[in-house]
Amino acid sequence: MTPTTDHTVAAAGPAFAKVWITLLGITGIEIFIAYMHVAPLIMLAALLGLSVIKAVLIIAYFMHLKFERLSLSFTLFPMLILCCFLLLLVLMPDSMRLMEMRPR
Amino acid sequence: MSDGKVAVATWQGGGSPYAIGSKKLGMWLFVISDSLTFSALLVAYTYLRIAAPNWPTPFPLYPSILFASIMTFCLLSSSLTMVLGVHAMNSGNRKAAVRWILATMVGGTAFVVLHATEWRNLIVNEHVRLFENPWGEPLFGATFFAITGLHMTHVIIGVLYLGVIVQAVARGKFKAEDVEISGLYWHFVDLVWMFVFPLVYLMSVRM
Repeated sequence: MTPTTDHTVAAAGPAFAKVWITLLGITGIEIFIAYMHVAPLIMLAALLGLSVIKAVLIIAYFMHLKFERLSLSFTLFPMLILCCFLLLLVLMPDSMRLMEMRPR
Repeated sequence: MSDGKVAVATWQGGGSPYAIGSKKLGMWLFVISDSLTFSALLVAYTYLRIAAPNWPTPFPLYPSILFASIMTFCLLSSSLTMVLGVHAMNSGNRKAAVRWILATMVGGTAFVVLHATEWRNLIVNEHVRLFENPWGEPLFGATFFAITGLHMTHVIIGVLYLGVIVQAVARGKFKAEDVEISGLYWHFVDLVWMFVFPLVYLMSVRM
Protein backbone atom coordinates (compact mmCIF):
# COMPACT_ATOMS: atom_id res chain seq x y z
CA MET A 1 0.00 0.00 0.00
CA THR A 2 1.29 3.41 -0.88
CA PRO A 3 0.78 6.21 1.66
CA THR A 4 -1.48 8.09 -0.77
CA THR A 5 -4.03 5.24 -0.70
CA ASP A 6 -4.95 5.83 2.96
CA HIS A 7 -5.24 9.53 2.29
CA THR A 8 -7.61 9.06 -0.66
CA VAL A 9 -9.75 6.60 1.36
CA ALA A 10 -10.22 9.22 4.08
CA ALA A 11 -11.06 11.94 1.56
CA ALA A 12 -13.50 9.70 -0.35
CA GLY A 13 -15.88 9.23 2.62
CA PRO A 14 -18.63 11.79 1.83
CA ALA A 15 -18.22 11.19 -1.91
CA PHE A 16 -19.81 7.73 -1.54
CA ALA A 17 -23.20 9.26 -0.70
CA LYS A 18 -23.01 11.43 -3.83
CA VAL A 19 -22.29 8.34 -5.97
CA TRP A 20 -25.22 6.54 -4.32
CA ILE A 21 -27.60 9.45 -5.08
CA THR A 22 -26.35 9.58 -8.69
CA LEU A 23 -26.96 5.82 -9.07
CA LEU A 24 -30.51 6.18 -7.69
CA GLY A 25 -31.13 9.11 -10.04
CA ILE A 26 -29.99 7.15 -13.10
CA THR A 27 -32.24 4.25 -12.01
CA GLY A 28 -35.17 6.69 -11.88
CA ILE A 29 -34.38 7.87 -15.43
CA GLU A 30 -34.26 4.23 -16.59
CA ILE A 31 -37.73 3.53 -15.15
CA PHE A 32 -39.03 6.68 -16.88
CA ILE A 33 -37.53 5.57 -20.23
CA ALA A 34 -39.14 2.12 -19.83
CA TYR A 35 -42.59 3.75 -20.05
CA MET A 36 -41.84 5.70 -23.24
CA HIS A 37 -43.23 4.22 -26.46
CA VAL A 38 -40.07 3.61 -28.50
CA ALA A 39 -38.79 0.70 -30.60
CA PRO A 40 -37.22 -2.13 -28.52
CA LEU A 41 -33.82 -1.57 -30.10
CA ILE A 42 -33.71 2.14 -29.19
CA MET A 43 -34.88 1.38 -25.66
CA LEU A 44 -32.24 -1.35 -25.39
CA ALA A 45 -29.50 1.09 -26.45
CA ALA A 46 -30.67 3.77 -23.99
CA LEU A 47 -30.99 1.37 -21.05
CA LEU A 48 -27.67 -0.35 -21.77
CA GLY A 49 -25.91 3.00 -22.09
CA LEU A 50 -27.22 4.18 -18.71
CA SER A 51 -26.38 0.81 -17.12
CA VAL A 52 -22.80 1.05 -18.34
CA ILE A 53 -22.53 4.50 -16.69
CA LYS A 54 -23.85 2.98 -13.44
CA ALA A 55 -21.41 0.07 -13.71
CA VAL A 56 -18.47 2.45 -14.21
CA LEU A 57 -19.51 4.48 -11.13
CA ILE A 58 -19.79 1.33 -8.99
CA ILE A 59 -16.45 -0.06 -10.19
CA ALA A 60 -14.59 3.26 -9.86
CA TYR A 61 -15.86 4.39 -6.45
CA PHE A 62 -17.50 1.49 -4.56
CA MET A 63 -15.02 -1.12 -5.80
CA HIS A 64 -12.27 1.46 -5.34
CA LEU A 65 -10.63 0.83 -8.71
CA LYS A 66 -10.16 4.57 -9.37
CA PHE A 67 -7.72 4.67 -6.45
CA GLU A 68 -5.81 1.50 -7.37
CA ARG A 69 -2.81 1.35 -9.65
CA LEU A 70 -3.73 1.85 -13.32
CA SER A 71 -2.00 -1.42 -14.25
CA LEU A 72 -4.77 -3.34 -12.41
CA SER A 73 -7.48 -1.80 -14.61
CA PHE A 74 -5.43 -2.49 -17.73
CA THR A 75 -4.99 -6.13 -16.69
CA LEU A 76 -8.62 -6.80 -15.80
CA PHE A 77 -10.86 -4.90 -18.17
CA PRO A 78 -9.71 -4.88 -21.85
CA MET A 79 -10.41 -8.62 -22.18
CA LEU A 80 -13.87 -8.30 -20.61
CA ILE A 81 -14.81 -5.32 -22.78
CA LEU A 82 -13.53 -7.06 -25.94
CA CYS A 83 -15.51 -10.22 -25.15
CA CYS A 84 -18.75 -8.27 -24.55
CA PHE A 85 -18.15 -6.22 -27.70
CA LEU A 86 -17.62 -9.38 -29.79
CA LEU A 87 -20.74 -11.04 -28.34
CA LEU A 88 -22.82 -7.99 -29.27
CA LEU A 89 -21.11 -7.54 -32.64
CA VAL A 90 -21.76 -11.14 -33.71
CA LEU A 91 -25.20 -11.73 -32.23
CA MET A 92 -27.09 -8.44 -32.42
CA PRO A 93 -27.17 -7.96 -36.23
CA ASP A 94 -28.28 -11.59 -36.55
CA SER A 95 -31.17 -11.11 -34.11
CA MET A 96 -32.41 -8.16 -36.19
CA ARG A 97 -32.03 -10.17 -39.41
CA LEU A 98 -34.22 -12.92 -37.95
CA MET A 99 -36.85 -10.30 -37.18
CA GLU A 100 -36.93 -9.16 -40.82
CA MET A 101 -37.04 -12.71 -42.19
CA ARG A 102 -40.24 -13.60 -40.35
CA PRO A 103 -43.40 -13.88 -42.45
CA ARG A 104 -45.77 -11.03 -41.71
CA MET B 1 16.39 6.80 -9.01
CA SER B 2 14.28 5.06 -6.39
CA ASP B 3 11.64 4.46 -9.07
CA GLY B 4 14.13 2.31 -10.98
CA LYS B 5 14.80 0.21 -7.89
CA VAL B 6 11.10 -0.37 -7.26
CA ALA B 7 10.56 -1.42 -10.87
CA VAL B 8 13.41 -3.96 -10.71
CA ALA B 9 12.09 -5.41 -7.44
CA THR B 10 8.59 -5.68 -8.89
CA TRP B 11 9.54 -7.55 -12.03
CA GLN B 12 11.89 -9.89 -10.18
CA GLY B 13 9.01 -11.04 -8.02
CA GLY B 14 10.07 -8.99 -5.00
CA GLY B 15 6.94 -6.84 -4.86
CA SER B 16 3.33 -7.00 -5.95
CA PRO B 17 3.01 -5.34 -9.38
CA TYR B 18 -0.53 -4.11 -8.70
CA ALA B 19 0.21 -2.88 -5.15
CA ILE B 20 -2.63 -5.04 -3.79
CA GLY B 21 -2.57 -8.34 -1.92
CA SER B 22 -2.91 -11.67 -3.71
CA LYS B 23 -6.29 -12.35 -2.05
CA LYS B 24 -7.72 -9.12 -3.41
CA LEU B 25 -6.30 -9.82 -6.88
CA GLY B 26 -7.90 -13.28 -6.68
CA MET B 27 -11.30 -11.76 -5.96
CA TRP B 28 -10.88 -9.32 -8.84
CA LEU B 29 -10.09 -12.19 -11.22
CA PHE B 30 -13.14 -14.11 -9.96
CA VAL B 31 -15.31 -11.02 -10.46
CA ILE B 32 -14.12 -10.65 -14.05
CA SER B 33 -14.72 -14.33 -14.90
CA ASP B 34 -18.16 -14.24 -13.27
CA SER B 35 -18.92 -11.08 -15.29
CA LEU B 36 -18.29 -13.12 -18.43
CA THR B 37 -20.83 -15.73 -17.29
CA PHE B 38 -23.47 -13.07 -16.74
CA SER B 39 -22.52 -11.25 -19.98
CA ALA B 40 -23.07 -14.45 -21.97
CA LEU B 41 -26.45 -15.07 -20.31
CA LEU B 42 -27.61 -11.47 -20.74
CA VAL B 43 -26.48 -11.25 -24.37
CA ALA B 44 -28.25 -14.56 -25.14
CA TYR B 45 -31.39 -13.18 -23.49
CA THR B 46 -31.12 -9.88 -25.38
CA TYR B 47 -30.76 -11.78 -28.66
CA LEU B 48 -34.00 -13.66 -27.98
CA ARG B 49 -35.74 -10.50 -26.76
CA ILE B 50 -34.93 -8.57 -29.97
CA ALA B 51 -35.49 -11.51 -32.35
CA ALA B 52 -38.90 -12.49 -30.94
CA PRO B 53 -41.77 -10.44 -32.39
CA ASN B 54 -44.17 -11.22 -29.54
CA TRP B 55 -41.96 -11.29 -26.50
CA PRO B 56 -44.27 -11.18 -23.46
CA THR B 57 -44.47 -7.97 -21.42
CA PRO B 58 -45.83 -9.37 -18.15
CA PHE B 59 -44.53 -6.80 -15.67
CA PRO B 60 -47.15 -4.29 -14.54
CA LEU B 61 -46.19 -1.19 -12.53
CA TYR B 62 -47.66 -2.90 -9.46
CA PRO B 63 -46.42 -5.25 -8.12
CA SER B 64 -43.55 -6.21 -10.47
CA ILE B 65 -41.86 -2.91 -11.43
CA LEU B 66 -42.46 -1.39 -7.98
CA PHE B 67 -40.97 -4.47 -6.31
CA ALA B 68 -38.00 -4.53 -8.70
CA SER B 69 -37.38 -0.81 -8.09
CA ILE B 70 -37.44 -1.32 -4.31
CA MET B 71 -35.08 -4.27 -4.79
CA THR B 72 -32.73 -1.99 -6.77
CA PHE B 73 -32.91 0.55 -3.95
CA CYS B 74 -32.11 -2.20 -1.39
CA LEU B 75 -29.05 -3.37 -3.33
CA LEU B 76 -27.73 0.14 -4.07
CA SER B 77 -28.17 1.15 -0.42
CA SER B 78 -26.51 -2.05 0.78
CA SER B 79 -23.55 -1.19 -1.47
CA LEU B 80 -23.34 2.21 0.25
CA THR B 81 -23.42 0.63 3.74
CA MET B 82 -20.80 -1.92 2.61
CA VAL B 83 -18.48 0.83 1.40
CA LEU B 84 -18.96 2.65 4.74
CA GLY B 85 -18.20 -0.63 6.56
CA VAL B 86 -14.94 -1.01 4.63
CA HIS B 87 -14.20 2.65 5.37
CA ALA B 88 -14.80 2.13 9.11
CA MET B 89 -12.63 -0.99 9.10
CA ASN B 90 -9.83 0.88 7.31
CA SER B 91 -9.87 3.53 10.04
CA GLY B 92 -9.74 0.81 12.72
CA ASN B 93 -13.32 1.19 13.99
CA ARG B 94 -14.46 -2.44 14.25
CA LYS B 95 -17.75 -1.66 16.05
CA ALA B 96 -18.90 0.67 13.29
CA ALA B 97 -17.73 -1.82 10.67
CA VAL B 98 -19.87 -4.56 12.26
CA ARG B 99 -22.93 -2.27 12.25
CA TRP B 100 -22.47 -1.29 8.60
CA ILE B 101 -21.91 -4.88 7.46
CA LEU B 102 -25.03 -6.00 9.37
CA ALA B 103 -26.98 -3.23 7.61
CA THR B 104 -25.61 -4.56 4.30
CA MET B 105 -26.86 -8.05 5.19
CA VAL B 106 -30.30 -6.64 5.99
CA GLY B 107 -30.40 -4.98 2.54
CA GLY B 108 -29.38 -8.23 0.85
CA THR B 109 -31.95 -10.26 2.79
CA ALA B 110 -34.69 -7.75 1.93
CA PHE B 111 -33.71 -8.14 -1.73
CA VAL B 112 -34.00 -11.95 -1.56
CA VAL B 113 -37.37 -11.83 0.26
CA LEU B 114 -38.83 -9.37 -2.27
CA HIS B 115 -37.45 -11.37 -5.19
CA ALA B 116 -38.85 -14.63 -3.82
CA THR B 117 -42.25 -12.93 -3.48
CA GLU B 118 -41.99 -11.78 -7.09
CA TRP B 119 -41.08 -15.32 -8.26
CA ARG B 120 -44.01 -16.73 -6.29
CA ASN B 121 -46.35 -14.21 -7.93
CA LEU B 122 -45.14 -15.22 -11.42
CA ILE B 123 -45.32 -18.96 -10.73
CA VAL B 124 -48.58 -19.14 -8.73
CA ASN B 125 -50.67 -16.25 -10.09
CA GLU B 126 -49.32 -15.90 -13.66
CA HIS B 127 -48.59 -19.62 -14.25
CA VAL B 128 -45.11 -19.05 -15.69
CA ARG B 129 -43.07 -22.26 -15.90
CA LEU B 130 -39.51 -22.92 -17.05
CA PHE B 131 -40.59 -23.89 -20.58
CA GLU B 132 -44.19 -22.74 -20.82
CA ASN B 133 -46.24 -19.69 -19.97
CA PRO B 134 -49.65 -18.27 -20.89
CA TRP B 135 -48.17 -15.79 -23.40
CA GLY B 136 -46.74 -18.33 -25.85
CA GLU B 137 -43.02 -17.47 -25.91
CA PRO B 138 -41.62 -20.57 -24.14
CA LEU B 139 -38.11 -19.16 -23.68
CA PHE B 140 -39.38 -16.29 -21.54
CA GLY B 141 -39.51 -18.48 -18.43
CA ALA B 142 -36.17 -20.14 -19.19
CA THR B 143 -34.28 -16.85 -19.57
CA PHE B 144 -36.09 -15.11 -16.70
CA PHE B 145 -35.59 -17.88 -14.15
CA ALA B 146 -32.02 -18.67 -15.27
CA ILE B 147 -30.76 -15.08 -15.10
CA THR B 148 -32.60 -13.89 -11.99
CA GLY B 149 -32.10 -17.28 -10.31
CA LEU B 150 -28.33 -17.21 -10.83
CA HIS B 151 -28.25 -13.63 -9.56
CA MET B 152 -30.37 -14.49 -6.51
CA THR B 153 -27.98 -17.37 -5.76
CA HIS B 154 -25.13 -14.85 -5.81
CA VAL B 155 -27.00 -12.58 -3.38
CA ILE B 156 -27.72 -15.47 -0.97
CA ILE B 157 -24.06 -16.56 -1.09
CA GLY B 158 -23.07 -12.91 -0.53
CA VAL B 159 -25.25 -12.62 2.61
CA LEU B 160 -23.74 -15.87 3.98
CA TYR B 161 -20.21 -14.65 3.10
CA LEU B 162 -20.84 -11.35 4.92
CA GLY B 163 -22.21 -13.34 7.88
CA VAL B 164 -18.90 -15.19 8.15
CA ILE B 165 -16.98 -11.90 7.84
CA VAL B 166 -19.09 -9.99 10.36
CA GLN B 167 -18.86 -12.57 13.16
CA ALA B 168 -15.08 -12.71 12.74
CA VAL B 169 -14.76 -8.91 12.70
CA ALA B 170 -16.90 -8.71 15.87
CA ARG B 171 -14.53 -11.14 17.60
CA GLY B 172 -11.50 -9.08 16.59
CA LYS B 173 -10.36 -11.43 13.85
CA PHE B 174 -9.69 -10.67 10.16
CA LYS B 175 -7.99 -7.60 8.71
CA ALA B 176 -9.40 -4.60 6.87
CA GLU B 177 -8.32 -6.24 3.60
CA ASP B 178 -10.62 -9.22 4.22
CA VAL B 179 -13.60 -6.93 4.68
CA GLU B 180 -12.62 -5.01 1.55
CA ILE B 181 -12.50 -8.27 -0.45
CA SER B 182 -15.98 -9.28 0.71
CA GLY B 183 -17.03 -5.75 -0.29
CA LEU B 184 -15.69 -6.34 -3.82
CA TYR B 185 -17.93 -9.40 -4.12
CA TRP B 186 -20.96 -7.54 -2.76
CA HIS B 187 -20.52 -4.59 -5.14
CA PHE B 188 -20.21 -7.04 -8.01
CA VAL B 189 -23.58 -8.59 -7.10
CA ASP B 190 -25.04 -5.06 -7.07
CA LEU B 191 -23.39 -4.30 -10.41
CA VAL B 192 -24.90 -7.37 -12.10
CA TRP B 193 -28.38 -6.31 -10.93
CA MET B 194 -27.79 -2.93 -12.62
CA PHE B 195 -27.92 -4.87 -15.91
CA VAL B 196 -30.55 -7.49 -14.98
CA PHE B 197 -33.10 -4.89 -13.82
CA PRO B 198 -33.26 -2.83 -17.05
CA LEU B 199 -32.79 -5.76 -19.47
CA VAL B 200 -35.18 -8.26 -17.89
CA TYR B 201 -37.73 -6.03 -16.14
CA LEU B 202 -37.73 -2.61 -17.80
CA MET B 203 -37.59 -4.07 -21.34
CA SER B 204 -40.82 -5.98 -20.58
CA VAL B 205 -43.09 -3.53 -18.78
CA ARG B 206 -46.83 -3.82 -19.34
CA MET B 207 -47.94 -0.43 -20.64
